[in-house]
Formats: sequence, C-alpha cells, structure tokens
Amino acid sequence: MNPRNVGEIPDADGVGTVGNPVCGDLMSVYIKVKDNKLAEVKFKTFGCGAAIATSSMITELATGKTIEEALKITRGHVADSLDGLPPIKMHCSNLAADALHAAIKDFQKKKEAKK
Amino acid sequence: MDHAAGMPINPRVFEAMKPYFTQNYGNPSSSHSFAASAKNALMESRKKVAQLIGAEKPEEVIFTSGGTESNNLALKGAAYRNKKKGNHIITTTIEHISTINICKHLQKQGFEVTYMPVDKQGMVYPQKLEDAITDKTILISVMYANGEIGTIQPIKKIGKIAHENQIHFHVDAVAAAGKIPINVVEENIDLLSISSNDIYGPKGMGALYIKKGTRIQPVSQGGGQEKGLRSGTENIPGIVGIGKAAEIAQEEIIAEGKRLSQLRDKLVKNVLNTIERSHLNGHPTKRLPNNANLRFSYIEGEALILGLDMLGIQVSSGSACTSKTLEPSHVLLAIGLAHEDAHGSLVFTMGKQNSEEDVDYVLEVLPSVVKRLRAMSPLTPKEIR
Repeated sequence: MNPRNVGEIPDADGVGTVGNPVCGDLMSVYIKVKDNKLAEVKFKTFGCGAAIATSSMITELATGKTIEEALKITRGHVADSLDGLPPIKMHCSNLAADALHAAIKDFQKKKEAKK
Repeated sequence: MDHAAGMPINPRVFEAMKPYFTQNYGNPSSSHSFAASAKNALMESRKKVAQLIGAEKPEEVIFTSGGTESNNLALKGAAYRNKKKGNHIITTTIEHISTINICKHLQKQGFEVTYMPVDKQGMVYPQKLEDAITDKTILISVMYANGEIGTIQPIKKIGKIAHENQIHFHVDAVAAAGKIPINVVEENIDLLSISSNDIYGPKGMGALYIKKGTRIQPVSQGGGQEKGLRSGTENIPGIVGIGKAAEIAQEEIIAEGKRLSQLRDKLVKNVLNTIERSHLNGHPTKRLPNNANLRFSYIEGEALILGLDMLGIQVSSGSACTSKTLEPSHVLLAIGLAHEDAHGSLVFTMGKQNSEEDVDYVLEVLPSVVKRLRAMSPLTPKEIR
C-alpha cells in the first residue's frame, strides 16, 4: 500500500470533500489549476484500504487533464483502473470521482466569484 | 493475533481424533461389540467437557455443531418449552450476533425480548436487569465474556437474580470457556454454550450444558440421539476432539491465562503510552486474558488491518468495512462509541501461537502504521500530525 499524492495543497484553487466519517469514509481532494489543466492533485482520506486506493488513483488519473476531461472521469473509470473493486466497496469506498468533481466545482465557483 | 477468528487444532487433539475416523468408526447406537469404543469415547468426552465447566454430571452435556447451534438450541428450546409460563426474554445489547439474531427471530414468533444496555466498559447492570424482570420472564441470556471487547460479566450475580425469580439462565461462554475458570454450579447457570474451535478443538463442534431439571425442547427432530435434543448420528471424531481439547484447556487454563494476561498488559500499556489518542475498549481489569481491543482516533480499522497485514501481523477490527453489513460493530456502538471511533478499533486476540516477541514486534511497527494513516486522514488535528 503506497498511495501517491497524499497531502494538502495549502493554496489550492479548489477543494472537494465528500463522504462522512460516520460511514467510515471521508475524502478531500485538492486541485491546483494552470491554463485550464489540473497541474497538481492531492488527497486526504479517512477510510478503508479501498477508499485510500481510489483516492490515490483519482489523483493519478486527473493530473495533467483539462477541466473538461477531468469532469468525464467516473467512479467506473476509477474502479477499472484499479482492476476492479469488490462489489461491497463500489458504493461506500468509491467516492474519489465525486470528490474530484466537487473540487472542480469549488474551483469554478471561486473563479466566478472573482469576475 | 486474531485467535478469536480461528485457531489451529492442537496436535494432541488431532492425534486423539484420528483412530475414530478409520479404526473405531462404530455407531454408539448399535448393540454389537463394535459400538463399544464409540460409546465409551462419547462418555469420556462428556466427562471432560463437564469437568472444564464444573458440571456435576457428564449427562448434563450434549454435543452440537458449535456455539451458534448451542445458542439456538438453548434459546429456542427454552423459549418454546416454557411458552405457557410466559413470553418474555432478557438479554443484552452486546451478545454474539447469533444470540441477537435468534432473539430477533423469537420476537417474530410472538416473544418479547428486552436488550439490556451496558456501561462504557461493556458491563451489564445487574440491578437494571433485575428491574426488567416481569411475571412473564422465562429466560435470561447473558454472555460470560465478550469476544470482541473482552469484558467479563458478573455471571454469578445475574444467575442468582434469575434463580430467585425462577427464571432459566443461559450463558454464552464461547469466548470465555477454556480461558478463564467457569463453574456452572457455583455461578447459578442452567444452560451454557461452548465452541470447540475456541479451545483449539476441531471446527464444527460445540457443546451445550443443560442442568439437570432444566426443560428445553429440541429444534430438530430425528432418531433421538443426545437425549432427543440433538438427533442425528453422533460425530464421534469431533466429539473426541472437543473432549481432548477440553481436557488440555483445563490442564493449562491457569498457567496460560497468566502468560496471556502478561502479554496483553504489556501490549496495552505500551500502546497507550507510545501512541497519542489511543484508547482501550472494554473493561481495564475484568477482561479476558487474551483480549486487547484498542482504538485509534482519526483513522479507519480496515486500513490499519491492511497496513499491519503487510508487516505480517493479522488482527481484526470493529470497522464496518470488515463486516457484511457495512455497519460498525454493534458491541462498540453499545458501549457508546461514536461511529467514527468504532471504525478505528483493532482487536488483538492472542493465543498459544503468540509469544512476547510478537508483542514486541507489534509495539515496534504499530506506531508508524498509525502515524502514516493519520498523516493521510483529513480528521487528524494539526498538533499530532
């Protein structure tokens, strides 16, 4: 278990947090955007092995992608990139795509506000 | 360090069983001479199990397929048999899942069940239990000790309350038998469940103690073996196995209990001292000698299990991710833990295969596994990162 891109981005352009510690999974994704591309993606996760793995995978999948491309990444893509997840984990632990999308929305909202 | 989940069979037990597969395969119900050794083995095993739990007569022990079946037979058997007297059963919120599910089933059949709460250390309140008794109460079922948090209940006291009120008293002793001395007579127990695999015996074997005079009815019908309470040809090799396991457990109970409590105390003391915001779940002293249930704030149990597994340490967790229901352990919720804290608990159950070196190794690597997961967790406060 060697998750990549663990941590926070202190001056992140967008942050998305999904899940709930009550259910056992809470994920935060931090993004840094440059020229409409995700220059840096990091995560912090409270959760099981699968939750950590999906978090790590989303940072790998999203880094370097344009905002539009990143929004197309789904839960299914994350699970497939990990060679599948046990059925019971598909719902609870596969939150990483949601967290990324939330981070992008946060970035877009902040950008709107600046205008 | 997950002996509660599965134990190897003791080689001495396996040796004792072997001849009953190939040479002494007689059926104890037969009348010819070939049945004699099977009949004998059956009687000897009853005696050994009876001795382990302080039963007066070997005939008070019948053999089953394990703790779950023993609990089914005891609870359903006593409930149905005493239906005319009343329909109320008292148990606790921290029982093994088999007891909880049997009680839920009985509720559908018209019985009323009171699930007694426990305190923060997992202890039943005997006074509150007494107050819950009504003139319809026919059965009280309380586990001897909890396999997950280790807490040992005041069984003798609860048994006394049951008997003063002429109520049958069942005890699930699956986690306790063979680990701490039990005496069914002194502790006022009418029905007691034990499992073979939890005392280094073969899987698929258990026993139920039924005190003489305690009326229960069978849950399955057949040829009338085991006093009509558990029909079907006796599993003689398995019965020899549980008997031998009970004999060995009794020989070793004091010394092994002492050895394991020392290991447990070393583990608990050092973890609590070296890892910030770690806590012991369950009772600090009234607990099984082999059980340490530790909780680490801000991280999740299954991730801890994976981290330790990669370092060669196998433990269990109260986390939802390790269950089929996605709910954290009902026992941890019953002692008042918040969901997120219940998720972050680890259960160490030690046994014969563990030595002091194992404890030292856990103490060496656990802090860094916890630290690493805390560094990943958004819940970890800055001051302990």
